[in-house]
Amino acid sequence: MTTITPPRAPVTSSLTSGVLPKWAPWAVVSGSLSVGLVGGLGLGLALPLSLVIGVLLVMVALPAVSWQVEGGRRAKDRFVTVLVSLAFALAMLPLLSLMITVTQNGIHRFDGTFLSSDMRGVLGEGGGALHAIVGTLMITGAAALISVPVGVMCAVYLVEYGKGRLARWVTLLVDVMTGIPSIVAGLFAFAFFAIFFGPSIRFGLGGAVALSVLMVPVVVRSVEEMLKLVPNELREASYALGVPKWRTVLRVVLRTAAPGIATGVTIAIARVIGETAPLLIITGSTTATNWNLFDGRMSSLPIFTYYSYSIPGARPEFGVERAWAAALTLFVIVMGLNLVARLISRFFSLPTSR
Amino acid sequence: MTKPATAQSGTPSSDPPPGGDSPRGTSTGEPPNAESRRRGRSGKRIGDQIFSGTAVGAGVLILVTLAAVAAFLLYEGLPALVADPEELPGGEGFIAYVTPLLFGTVLAAVIALVVATPLAIGIALFISHYAPRRVAAGLGYLVDLLAAVPSVVYGLWGIFFLAPNIVPVYQWLEEYLGFIPFFAGPASATGRTMLTAGLVLAVMILPIMTAVNREVFLQTPRLQEEASLALGATRWEMIRMTVLPFGRSGIISGSMLGLGRALGETLAVAMVLSASDVITINLIDSVNSSTIAANIALDFPESSGLAVNALIATGLVLFALTFVVNFAARAVVARRRDFSGANA
Repeated sequence: MTTITPPRAPVTSSLTSGVLPKWAPWAVVSGSLSVGLVGGLGLGLALPLSLVIGVLLVMVALPAVSWQVEGGRRAKDRFVTVLVSLAFALAMLPLLSLMITVTQNGIHRFDGTFLSSDMRGVLGEGGGALHAIVGTLMITGAAALISVPVGVMCAVYLVEYGKGRLARWVTLLVDVMTGIPSIVAGLFAFAFFAIFFGPSIRFGLGGAVALSVLMVPVVVRSVEEMLKLVPNELREASYALGVPKWRTVLRVVLRTAAPGIATGVTIAIARVIGETAPLLIITGSTTATNWNLFDGRMSSLPIFTYYSYSIPGARPEFGVERAWAAALTLFVIVMGLNLVARLISRFFSLPTSR
Repeated sequence: MTKPATAQSGTPSSDPPPGGDSPRGTSTGEPPNAESRRRGRSGKRIGDQIFSGTAVGAGVLILVTLAAVAAFLLYEGLPALVADPEELPGGEGFIAYVTPLLFGTVLAAVIALVVATPLAIGIALFISHYAPRRVAAGLGYLVDLLAAVPSVVYGLWGIFFLAPNIVPVYQWLEEYLGFIPFFAGPASATGRTMLTAGLVLAVMILPIMTAVNREVFLQTPRLQEEASLALGATRWEMIRMTVLPFGRSGIISGSMLGLGRALGETLAVAMVLSASDVITINLIDSVNSSTIAANIALDFPESSGLAVNALIATGLVLFALTFVVNFAARAVVARRRDFSGANA
C-alpha cells in the first residue's frame, strides 16, 4: 500500500501537465483583445484599427503561451483554431454591416406612402415603390409558374426514371445551368423575343422567362434531393398494392416530399426575386404600375433600386433615399422568404426525412 | 484508404441515399426502373406513358434550353462578329472591343477567388470541425444568408459603405506597397476600384464555396479522423492529414464554382466599379477595366442597332467562359464521386 501512494501524484500530474486548463485560452484571448483595444484607442487610433491590433495580439499571444506550456504541436493547433474562427468572424462582418447599413438608410423612407404609391409624376420628394412591388411579384410569380412544373418533372425524371447517358447529361447540365450568369439569361430572353417582336421589345413575361432559366436548375436540385430522401419502402408498398407507377410518384413520392419541395421552391424564389441584370435588359423600367405581363415595360424592386440610385432625378437625395428604402423592402422580402422556407422544413418535414 | 470509407458511409446511408450533391443513389433508381420495364412489357398503362413522357420531356427541356441560350446568343451576336470593324463601338472590331472587358472580368474574378478561397476553407472547417455541433447548422445558415442578399443591395452597400471606408487602406497600400504594380496608385479618392469590386465579389461567392467545402469536409471518413486522433494527433494535424487531402478536389471544384459566379456577377460590379475602356493591373487607382457583365448592364438600356448585337456577342463570350469553368468544376466533382467511395 505504501508503495502505491508515491507514484500516484506524478501520474495524475502527467495527464494534466503540459495542457492549458480550459479557461486559459479564453483568458488569453480576451486579455489580448482588450489590451489591443484599450491600447489602440489610448494611442488615438480608430476603433477598427485597434480591433485589428487586438486580433493580431491574440494570434501571437495564444500560440506563445501554448508553446511555453504545451509545446510546438499544440501551439500550432491553437494558432489554426484562431485562424479558422477568425475566418468565420470575417464572413459575418459583411453580413452584419449589410444589415445595419440597409436598415439604417432604408428605414427613413420605409413607410405607408412608400409601399402604396408609385412614381408617376414624382420628381422630388415622396413617391413609392408600389409599381415595383407589383412588377416584382408578377414577374417572379410567372417565373415560378413556369419553373416549378418543369423543375419538379425534371427532378422526377432524374430520380424515378432517369438512367443511362441522358440522365447523366441532364444531371451534369443542370449543375452547369446553375452557373449561368444572370445577365446571360436576360440576353437570352431578349435575343429570343427580339426575333419575333423586334429589338425594342420590353415586357414582363420576357423577364419571367429569363428568371425561369435561372430558377429551374435550383428547383431541380432541391426537389431531386428531397425525392431521394423518400424511403424506397413507400414506393414498394405502393407497387405491391398494384398502384401504377405514375400514381405512385404523384400520390406517394411527391406527396411525401411535399414539404421539402415547398422549402426548395421558396428558396429558389428568394434566389431569383432579387435578380436585377436580366430584368434590366428585358423588362426595362417604368414609373407607372403595369398590371399586364404581356405588354409594356414593367418595373421591379431591384430595377427600381438600381435606377433610383443611378438616375436619382432632379433632387438626388430623394432618389437615393428611395433606393435604400427599396433595397430594404427587397431585403425584407428575401429574408422573409428564407425564414418561411426554414419554418416549412422545420414544422412540416417528415419523420422519415432525417 | 477507401475501404473504411465504404464501410462507414455505406451502411447508414444505404436506404435514403445521403443528402448533399450525391448523384442518384442506385438504391432509389433500381427497383422502380425494374418495375417500369416489367410494366412496359405487359403493355398499356396509358397514364404511365404520359407521365414518364412528361418527365423525360422536362429533362430534355433542360438540354434544349442550354442549347437555345447558346443558339440565340449566337444568332443575335453574329451581326456584330461579321460587321465592318468601324461600325462597332470603339471602331476597331470586336476583338479589340471585348479584350479589355474580358481582362477586367477575369481580373475581378481572380481577386475575388484569391480572397475568398482561404476564407471559405476556414469557414467550412469552422462549421464542420470546430463549432459545437449544436450551433453548426445555424452558423451554416448565417453564411448562406450572404447568398440570399440581392446583388443590387451589395452594389449599394459597396458604394456607400465599403468604398468610402476602404480609402485609407488604399492610401496605406499605395504608400507602403506601392512598389508592387498592383498597388502603384495613385489611390482612388472614392474607393470605387477594381480591388473594391473584387472584395464585394469575394463576399458574394463565399457562400457557395463554403457550402461545397463544408459538404466534402463532412464526408471525410469518420474512422480516419478518429484513427488519427487516437494516434495522438492534435485537431489541426488530424485535419491536415485526413480532412484536407480527402476534400482537395472538393476545394478545387468549389473554387471553380465561385469563379464561375464571380465571372458572371453583374450589378454589384457595375455599380461599384468606376470603369473605363483600358487594360490595367493597377488595382487601387480610379482608372479600371470594366467587366463584360457590368458593361452589358450599363450600356444595354441606351444601345441600339449594331451596338446591341455587339453587347450580345460579348454576352456569348461570357456564357462560353462560365460554361467551361462550371463544366470543369462539375466534372471534377463527378469524377471524384466515382472512385472516392464517399457516396457509396
